Amino acid sequence: MASPAYSLVDETGTRPGRDTVLGGVIRWTFITVSLVFLAALLFAPLATVIVMALSRGISAYLATFFDPDTRAAIRLTLITALVVVPVNTIFGFAAGWAIAKFEFRGKSFLITLIDLPLAVSPVISGMIYVLLFGLQGWFGRFLQDHDISIIFALPGIILATMFVTFPYVARELIPLMQQLGNDEEEAAITLGAGGWITFFRVTLPKVRWGLLYGIILSNARAMGEFGAVSVVSGHIRGLTNTMPLHIEILYNEYNFVGAFAVASLLMMLAIATLIVKTLVERTGYRRRY
Amino acid sequence: MKRWRQPSVLPGFGLTFGFTTLFLSGIVLLPLAALVLETASMSWREFLHVITDPRAIGSYRLSFGASLLAASINAVFGFIIAWTLVRYEFPGRKMIDALIDMPFALPTAVSGIALTSVFASNGWIGRYLEPLGIKVAYTWIGVTVALTLIGMPFVVRSVQPALQEVQRDLEDAAETLGAGRFYIFRRIILPTVLPALLTGFTLAFARAVGEYGSVIFISGNLPMRTEITPLLIVIRLEEFDYRGAAALGFVMLVISFVMLLTINLLQAWGRRRYIAAGH
Repeated sequence: MASPAYSLVDETGTRPGRDTVLGGVIRWTFITVSLVFLAALLFAPLATVIVMALSRGISAYLATFFDPDTRAAIRLTLITALVVVPVNTIFGFAAGWAIAKFEFRGKSFLITLIDLPLAVSPVISGMIYVLLFGLQGWFGRFLQDHDISIIFALPGIILATMFVTFPYVARELIPLMQQLGNDEEEAAITLGAGGWITFFRVTLPKVRWGLLYGIILSNARAMGEFGAVSVVSGHIRGLTNTMPLHIEILYNEYNFVGAFAVASLLMMLAIATLIVKTLVERTGYRRRY
Repeated sequence: MKRWRQPSVLPGFGLTFGFTTLFLSGIVLLPLAALVLETASMSWREFLHVITDPRAIGSYRLSFGASLLAASINAVFGFIIAWTLVRYEFPGRKMIDALIDMPFALPTAVSGIALTSVFASNGWIGRYLEPLGIKVAYTWIGVTVALTLIGMPFVVRSVQPALQEVQRDLEDAAETLGAGRFYIFRRIILPTVLPALLTGFTLAFARAVGEYGSVIFISGNLPMRTEITPLLIVIRLEEFDYRGAAALGFVMLVISFVMLLTINLLQAWGRRRYIAAGH
């Protein structure tokens, strides 16, 4: 029976529409290729961290964390992040306030300079401090005479980590504060509020999600930085070894359970970071790439 | 005369601008200047000798070759992944979307040892590639694999928003007018997404060139064969050859600046096209 409706369906069937057999084939090919690619490159390595860490059983896994060197590495990583992240946050607010609230010349140049560390190899980020403060560096002699150690010590680790991570909070806050505008702050000031009151009561609540976003990204990078810290730390066990560096030492000693056990902690940190990030995005805050 | 800064009722410019520039100078500009000046203290001949040393040339070849290959692989697969996440609905899509950022958040040392154990000859994937004559770990292929992993999010996250902006009504109109699938892709989708794809490619490439942590575990680090430029810099520093390290670092820094400029130009091009498209 050749009713008009039937011929229409027939025609749709031969037309290259979204629901044809070919469309279905393409769709499932794309999904399969994506999943296989991600499985090989991302999911398998993530799973292997857990499997390797637990390969000698749960007690061997836990024993890693009773090793004094491992504990020292965890402590050093936490200290570094506790110093670096608050400083980054203060810098982020200062840069955000100066750039978003005022119009001045050279602003885009300043933004480019803030992004600079993201374009630099982590090895170079560490090396520049060695050139300044290393034994044969510019200030090396001066520091030695005054018995101050920066390279192969905590200050160097903090400086290198700060270099690598400081754009993260600023990069979240600057575009967000620009987008939100100055109207409310100007109203508060005009009505007689002071600068700090305006900041804490008006600006801070407005940008809280972007701030949280920047802080967790900055923290993840600070705790996980390897290249820059590796150059300045000197790898002294129990003293200047951060968690990522400790992973390298354990791995090179063929202590795979230990290396992957420490790695599993950092992986959990990464997963926690992604969960917080997803939750922040669910509030409607969306990062613009 | 136009003022350098426009007047505002808001306070705190001096404090915040001063702190920003001071901090930036102390942490970034002064140390980077040290690198440039250290290089400038070398004579031309010395500089050229260091940066054209066969071992250095071998390291550039690996660093740039593998980064280019990895960024190209990412351009293809990153596009496919972005397309899948934007256009198709399937179980687990939201979770996979969130996990795309994993290489950003995962410390490079962790991805380095994890990839090595997966692709070693007794690893989960390595054991199936070994009989085929493909050795991944401790070869240039391993370097490429590591650089592909760390560059992947850049392409996916650049392409995703661009794909979301492709006007579906244009595609429908083209389809109604009899355009084929490939024609629609070539004439409507690709032009919209191209600037974003190139930006993602460049970002992935720039990140890969400087990458250190995830590569050194899987690369085997043989001079001339599997030694990347950042590793050579570290070796020079450990030999206290600061000038040699600075010269190599300077070469990498110049290349990073060129990449940064390229990214900015690509993004400007993308914005112009976006505005020209009538948004």
